[in-house]
Amino acid sequence: MTGIEALADRLYYLAAFLLLGIGTYTLIGSRNLVKKVIGMNVFQTGIFLFFIAAAFITGASPPLLTAPAPYVSPLPHVLILTAIVVGVSLTAVALGLIVRIYDEYGTLNEETLREVQADE
Amino acid sequence: MSDLAPLLVAFPVFGSVIALLAGLARDRVGWAVAVLTLAVQTAIAGTLLADVLGSEAIRYVVGGFTVPIGIELIVDGLSATIALLVAVVSLGVLAYARRAGPRSNAFYVIYLLLVAGLSGMSITGDIFNMYVFLEITGLTAYALVASGDGGRSAIAALKYLLVGTVGASLFLLGIGFAYIATGTLNMGDLATQLAEVGYGSPLVLAAFGLLVVGLFVKIAVFPLHTWQPAAYAGAPDSVSAFISALVSTVAAYALIRIVFTVFGTAFLAETPLASTVLAAGAVVSIVVGSLLAVSQSELKRMLAYSSVSQFGLIVGAVAVGNVVALTGAAIHLVGHAIMKGGLFLTVGLVNDATGARTVDEYAGLAKRSPVGAAAFSVLAVAMVGVPPAVGFVGKWYIALGAVEAGAWPLVVVIFASTLLTLAYFARVVERIYFRDPTETSGLAPTATDGGEDDEPAPVVSVGMRATVVAAAVVAVALGAVAAGYGDLLEPTMEGLLS
Repeated sequence: MTGIEALADRLYYLAAFLLLGIGTYTLIGSRNLVKKVIGMNVFQTGIFLFFIAAAFITGASPPLLTAPAPYVSPLPHVLILTAIVVGVSLTAVALGLIVRIYDEYGTLNEETLREVQADE
Repeated sequence: MSDLAPLLVAFPVFGSVIALLAGLARDRVGWAVAVLTLAVQTAIAGTLLADVLGSEAIRYVVGGFTVPIGIELIVDGLSATIALLVAVVSLGVLAYARRAGPRSNAFYVIYLLLVAGLSGMSITGDIFNMYVFLEITGLTAYALVASGDGGRSAIAALKYLLVGTVGASLFLLGIGFAYIATGTLNMGDLATQLAEVGYGSPLVLAAFGLLVVGLFVKIAVFPLHTWQPAAYAGAPDSVSAFISALVSTVAAYALIRIVFTVFGTAFLAETPLASTVLAAGAVVSIVVGSLLAVSQSELKRMLAYSSVSQFGLIVGAVAVGNVVALTGAAIHLVGHAIMKGGLFLTVGLVNDATGARTVDEYAGLAKRSPVGAAAFSVLAVAMVGVPPAVGFVGKWYIALGAVEAGAWPLVVVIFASTLLTLAYFARVVERIYFRDPTETSGLAPTATDGGEDDEPAPVVSVGMRATVVAAAVVAVALGAVAAGYGDLLEPTMEGLLS
């Protein structure tokens, strides 16, 4: 019983690590390059959720001067804002590269690309 | 004087904006802007190094927010060394890239941003700030790898991006665990608070594991090295020289910072598993990296695998964790950057002069490209670790440190690594001087680069030759001053380990 309660307290962490797992699996398992980038995004989202869950306290108020204590820690939210910006730029660069790969080879399948490269 | 520290990051960013704006008005102005910026950058880094060597570290609080809430920049002997190395190598590669490299203004804009990211990583005292600079470095490095012609470099860059992002994300996750355990992000503050939390705490152990594995990906420690050969082989020659010389080097520097500034020697002493992980990564990288290098026929791939093995040595020094070994790591980081960067530039020079790219095509190279052949041989011998070259001094210090710590298996591997390095460089040097050119080795440059373009190869310029020769001379000359520099670095290292 206590095990389930402990788990219920940490549902957010559970969700975060589930996202990390799904992201890693997509990143490694799929052959389509766009799906790999999606996997990368899911992986990063898991980390974002992990940080936010670490800052969250049930029943706490937002960190405003007039709100009653206890406050939710604002620092992880700020950090994650930065990390989201980094994630968006990474996705943009990745998609740009994918467009170039498609222009060059006409395919986004990893296996086919490897064969084409071996022939070069 | 301490105001110079933030300039180290701000100045290249400023320069890259200038290069971008000037590029809108006139073509081909990027190179001049980049050279000017990096010359000033070198002067700033040099001044800082002269200030801090043998004296107190410079601390700068960004934006007036007091530590530990605000971001702190710390310049000590080690970080100033890395910052100066970044400035000098990037200036040197520019001299080469004027004729050989990608020449668009966009290239120089990204190039300067990469310098800013690397400088930032070397001087920051805040662990989340380090993650941001790590990602700036990563993003710009992916873009530079993709700046080559054809789809090959785009595929290499995408592979690099996916693997590199996972590495940086693991690093971020490690920061999360450390933050949950302590509630602080300042490195010095983390060191004291982690000790209070207790080194046996699962949160602290998980933070250490994730931070180290994340950096292992960026350093390219075996088996997390797979992005590196593709990225180095797919990038243009000047870019692979730049990235191989600096990106993994600064990541290895970050590893030293994380292990010793944040966690400290007490953590390593109390957690034998942590040192074991580091030592295992080092040993496997040294041996497998060298073996893979021996089996390569393409030179740029061989050099990439050689990097895997050389960075194993540095991780080994971190695992040993005493003053002598870490001084060796600092010297080897600098020496490796000069030697490996020089080797990649030489390979590019030889390719432009003769079209030779593989080990077999190097047969009889001494007659066709005497400058390239001589520079390659000198740098290769320096890399093997023949005194008085800098490659010898770094390895010698690391080995001495390992002996002092009684890490005998590591000592054996370090000496074996010298033989293995000899194994893959000697076969190239032997072909250069003692074999006649084979029939296939005299081909025109266009026939060997995949055949996707019919443009004539760029002619080898004076700047290219001068850079390559300078790298070879510096690699030998640095060996003479390295021991004296090691003495100057001792107070910094003792501070790091206390």
